[in-house]
Amino acid sequence: MANQGPAYYSPYPTAVYEGVVTPPEGKALLLEEVVDEEIAMREIARVMLTSENATIFPGPQVLYGYSEEAKKKATLIKEMAEVLNAKMIPMYDYRPKYPKIDAEVEINPNHPNLTIWHNNIKAAIFIGVHCHYANVALKMVRSETDCWTVGMCALSGHEDAMATVRDQHAEDVAKFIEIAREVKSELKL
Amino acid sequence: MSTIKDMTDTHNWSGQKLVTADHLLFDAPREKHFMTGSEVLKEAVKRCTVDASVSYPITPQSEAAHLIGELWAEGYVGTYFRGENEFGVMSEVAGCAMAGARTITTTSGPGTLRAMENFAQWSGTRIACQLILMARGINSPLTIQPDNLEVSYLLETGCMVWYAENVQELFDMSIAAFVVAEQPDVHVPIITAVDGFFVSHTRESVMLPADDIALKPYNPYAAPLPPIDSETPPGRFLRDPFVMKSNYISYATHASWQWEVRSAVERSRRYAEHYLKGLVHITGDEDAEVAFVTCGTASHQAKEGQRELAKLGVKSKVIKLRTIRPFPKQELIAALEGVKYAFVPEFNIVGWLEKEVRGALYGVSKTEVVGGPRVAGGMSLPAEAIIQEVMEKINPGKGA
Repeated sequence: MANQGPAYYSPYPTAVYEGVVTPPEGKALLLEEVVDEEIAMREIARVMLTSENATIFPGPQVLYGYSEEAKKKATLIKEMAEVLNAKMIPMYDYRPKYPKIDAEVEINPNHPNLTIWHNNIKAAIFIGVHCHYANVALKMVRSETDCWTVGMCALSGHEDAMATVRDQHAEDVAKFIEIAREVKSELKL
Repeated sequence: MSTIKDMTDTHNWSGQKLVTADHLLFDAPREKHFMTGSEVLKEAVKRCTVDASVSYPITPQSEAAHLIGELWAEGYVGTYFRGENEFGVMSEVAGCAMAGARTITTTSGPGTLRAMENFAQWSGTRIACQLILMARGINSPLTIQPDNLEVSYLLETGCMVWYAENVQELFDMSIAAFVVAEQPDVHVPIITAVDGFFVSHTRESVMLPADDIALKPYNPYAAPLPPIDSETPPGRFLRDPFVMKSNYISYATHASWQWEVRSAVERSRRYAEHYLKGLVHITGDEDAEVAFVTCGTASHQAKEGQRELAKLGVKSKVIKLRTIRPFPKQELIAALEGVKYAFVPEFNIVGWLEKEVRGALYGVSKTEVVGGPRVAGGMSLPAEAIIQEVMEKINPGKGA
């Protein structure tokens, strides 16, 4: 895939150049398909609950308590991790880590694959990461790993993720947690 | 003087009522005026709740820059200042925009080249600023005449490039430009181009909404990169360069980053489709075998050619490209269905639009592309030249 289409010699596939763009308002994106948000949320929950080393990558927008919304979301994300039986590895800033990242405990948008490789992560949710950095990271993850990625975005979503839900504010995260609980119960986990 | 503190939920700092982009562009009642491009740009900026504008004099955009300065004096624009030169101006525009300001500037020809490094830097930092380019050509030798050679230099900067045909389009496009550029999944700079003198200095009828309404302010926190804001923790340390040394990681990041900037330009299509009412506008005979693919003032001349050709019994149509980046490839291919010859009239010596058209059609269209007629250096492009070019092609040896 990476050596086909307009990207050609670039190491990274780019969903937009394959005709996939961010979902319209009120909808979500599941692989290449625009779907209802709930359908995407159920599939995200299923994949996270059934994949090896499922992990949530919280970004700066939910790691620092600079607004009431950020604080609410942070609390909900901890709950989400419990419901999904997922680990959490933070992306606390966007500067590349030199001389070497501690891939055990952090992820960075400039070399996200190192953390995914090191921890053998097969499914991951990016949340609270500024869109540009999420998109830069997701292109690399898609190309370099077999991780099933989710972009849980407060703005327009991320087409380079395997699934993306947009306009996700605290109440939407709470809705996802409820759906995840249902799916978990259906899967008898 | 009013300040940003005077902003309310319903009114901006100058007391204008805040309205949606759809209301401002499509629904608000309009009245007829008679204005130059420079004057109408002032009217557009007046209705855009602009935070910052940076200026520098260069023909033919000097008057536009001066009129935006008047808006600052009248309390409509948040801050306004002159840069040391165009490189300084575009750097200062980046600073304003990265700090979270809705920012506009204007330039022309040689000023564009002097500032060149900044345009790619703008897109790389995902700022949603607007440059109004009043094209004048490039000093080879010195010229202050209408010519749009400098546009070709801007095509691969990662900025969106739109092209307005006339005074009315300049008004509507420069408002829509902010709206599209500021979409969170787009959020790259936009260059709104017009042909200098033909549009900047020519008075035309134009329909304008009342000036007591304006766009809602820009929200820099609904952006793909955080604004520089020392008071908000994520903003303090996020804009450090990633290329701190050369290794595979920095190459990889750079490759992915560049694709992301270009992806952002592509994501603008659906918004441009709405706010511009299409990436291309077509006039003339739908079933024509002769078409003109144009942008800017060449569209106006081609339309005159199309009307005159109709009198000679030759059906033709004008496919006006309103966006150059993103390039409306699919729309162009569809519009050329059944067309034998596509002429590309231009106001520059290199035929940059012809190259774009050929690249888009290569291998996917049977239409023969004819690069021309072209004029440059300030020459006009009379309809007669267009007719002659067409007739020599479709009726060889016999002329018009």
